[in-house]
Amino acid sequence: MLDAELLARIQFAFTVSFHIIFPSFTIGLASFLFVLEALWLRTKDETYLSLYKFWMKIFALAFGMGVVSGIVMSYQFGTNWGPFSEFTGGVIGPLLAYEVLSAFFLEAGFLGIMLFGLNRVGPKLHFTATTMVAIGTLFSAFWILSANSWMQTPDGYVIENGRAVVSSWIDAIFNPSFPYRLVHMVLAAYLTTALVVGAVGAWHLMRDRENRAARIMFSMAMWMAAILGPIQIFAGDLHGLNTLEHQPAKVAAMEGHFETREGASLILFGMPDMEEEETKYAVEIPKLGSMILTHEWDGKITGLKDFAPEDRPNAPIVFWTFRIMVGLGVLMALLGIASVIARVRKKLYSCGYLHRFALLMGPSGFVAILAGWFTTEVGRQPWVVYGLMRTSEAGSPVAPTAIAGSLIAFVVVYAIVFGVGTAYILRAMVKDPRSAHVPDETEILRAGGRQSTAAHPPVAGE
Amino acid sequence: MIMDYQLIWVLLIAVAVFAYVTLDGFDLGIGILFPFIKEAKNRGRMMNTVAPVWDGNETWLILGGGGLYAAFPQAYSLLMTAFYIPVFTMLLALVFRGVAFEFRFKSKNHQKHWDFAFSAGSIIAAAMQGAMLGGFIEGIAVENGRFVGGAFDWLSPFSVFCATAVVVGYALLGTGWLIMKMEGDFQGNLRKLAKPAVIWMAANLGVVSLMTTYVNPVYAQRWFETPNIFYLAPIPLVTIGLLYWLWHAVKKREKTVFGITLGIFFLCYVGFGITLFPNIVPPMITFRDAAAPENSLAFMLVGAVVLLPIILGYTAYAYWVFRGKTGDEGYH
Repeated sequence: MLDAELLARIQFAFTVSFHIIFPSFTIGLASFLFVLEALWLRTKDETYLSLYKFWMKIFALAFGMGVVSGIVMSYQFGTNWGPFSEFTGGVIGPLLAYEVLSAFFLEAGFLGIMLFGLNRVGPKLHFTATTMVAIGTLFSAFWILSANSWMQTPDGYVIENGRAVVSSWIDAIFNPSFPYRLVHMVLAAYLTTALVVGAVGAWHLMRDRENRAARIMFSMAMWMAAILGPIQIFAGDLHGLNTLEHQPAKVAAMEGHFETREGASLILFGMPDMEEEETKYAVEIPKLGSMILTHEWDGKITGLKDFAPEDRPNAPIVFWTFRIMVGLGVLMALLGIASVIARVRKKLYSCGYLHRFALLMGPSGFVAILAGWFTTEVGRQPWVVYGLMRTSEAGSPVAPTAIAGSLIAFVVVYAIVFGVGTAYILRAMVKDPRSAHVPDETEILRAGGRQSTAAHPPVAGE
Repeated sequence: MIMDYQLIWVLLIAVAVFAYVTLDGFDLGIGILFPFIKEAKNRGRMMNTVAPVWDGNETWLILGGGGLYAAFPQAYSLLMTAFYIPVFTMLLALVFRGVAFEFRFKSKNHQKHWDFAFSAGSIIAAAMQGAMLGGFIEGIAVENGRFVGGAFDWLSPFSVFCATAVVVGYALLGTGWLIMKMEGDFQGNLRKLAKPAVIWMAANLGVVSLMTTYVNPVYAQRWFETPNIFYLAPIPLVTIGLLYWLWHAVKKREKTVFGITLGIFFLCYVGFGITLFPNIVPPMITFRDAAAPENSLAFMLVGAVVLLPIILGYTAYAYWVFRGKTGDEGYH
């Protein structure tokens, strides 16, 4: 029989893995919509409006699923992790409260105007609504990443009566790993969205290379991949150095090093074995590990054996998820470079190989984000708040059957709801973006931006 | 001046929960009414009345839950553990209800299924909220700061009564909202639906109120002891007056139905607060026992004071943008 702690962890991992997909997509998409609407207002080019409407529908679906899966998360702290909630309530509670107050309401409040209000408020106010939604998603990332980073590298607190009490809000919010995590995550969200937009553009280009809307999407997405791909690798490296400083056990697991060494090798592949305390079948490059992590050929890297067995994270999971993330990151950068070459050769819209590559890379951002999330979260174990509270002390006194029951319910419900939702999103993606725009609507907008509801053609239930 | 942060926060959370109950109350009410409205077009219209605002309405639930976690972590942890099953059931029901807003319009073939999901999700979520309210009033078994009750402690005849009361109450809020937003024959149908709901709600309120005073002698004392009985008597009396007014408004008024129902909800909520204060986990733990450190409460209050008026401002604006009768428009 599985114990309550493990079941609660599986449940949390399951729900957070589903949830993280949607915000990381909508953060990027909200900014993309902001850019598209700005371009439309500036150039009056109707293609941008078509693209806006095309992606707005997809945004609405993804946002709806993000909201409902997020509400679940906010209550799970109490149901499954009561002692954790009591211990961290004074620190993480306010950070999440600020997220709700500054971000969630902003997104939710203006979303209605963004989705339904173009005919009612006119283009300028509508653009304000789009801007607010985009800002809201970024505020949201700020607070959530702050709360998560505090669990990884807690700072600015004292312990009073067995609870964490904040001594400095600046130190608690801007804790040591927060800036790296925030940058890495927001870049990941933008890159993920760019890859999806690029794949959709490529799909439509493969059908019709003259499709102007598809060309715009593809070109914008490829610029993003070319610029953000390398920046992300750089930001990830800085994040890694920060982790080495504050969470050396995690880095040891990521690298698959059990022995502490100077001039440690870089293990490309292998099978970390926790029992035998070695990484088997290792394919390694001498000294490169130290060079990457310490920027010195003979830099010292601490191995897992330097930590007590009960303080070691699960090395195989961390080792492999980290490699999946890095491998995909390299492929993303390659796609960006390939697109620049094609652009220089004036083959951006005609190179079939590039389009196929971009199409294949479409979902890679989500996979990389999930893998990276697993690396960082499993790497934090056995601590739920690093160095302060063990995961084994954090669980509620709930019967394993209750957790197992709710876990099964989640698996079934999420499979149905998010399966169908993804199908609807894919269906929206393969529609021709040029058809997303009904031209007479802009004529109405030009005529003054307002329209009585009675005169509006019925379109609901389309 | 020394601020009583704990008191301020218990009141703020009470306001957030009330905002949720009324705002999401009429959204959920629309789903509860679905089984009585057969025509797909009318169902679409009903959904259109709330599609632009439901995200914002739902956010108050997150503020209520998140606020409780932040301001009264011990209460949050105890209540969530005690209400494990109804909380998860409600959340899963809200998942279906929430995605139905988007999915219903995306699919012609499966529209019936999403209508069912929307309706069942709304009914189950409302019933779970009512059952939790009942379980909350009845009290939670706590020893040495730990929950020591069983997984089904919340389920009792009283909590089942509360569940029906909330479902009917939300349905009436939804009807009031729709009477305001709809025209013609359909509005007439809604009025016909509202009449039995008013009677049912009146009966429910009477039963739940009286039962509450039997649940715990302390509650009865608070209401019936002199001089309290004189100060508190206006609450039930005004409620009865409002119910009478509502009965007549349902037949001919357009906007007052919703307003009166809100008034009744408000009085019930105040009565509920008077019954339980100062307990945040009845029957033993007060909000002062469960509060977070002072500096956390103070830090959050800065944000709440600055941001809540702004939130109320743009929420009001969003409602104003979509004011008036709702037609068949959507963006889909």
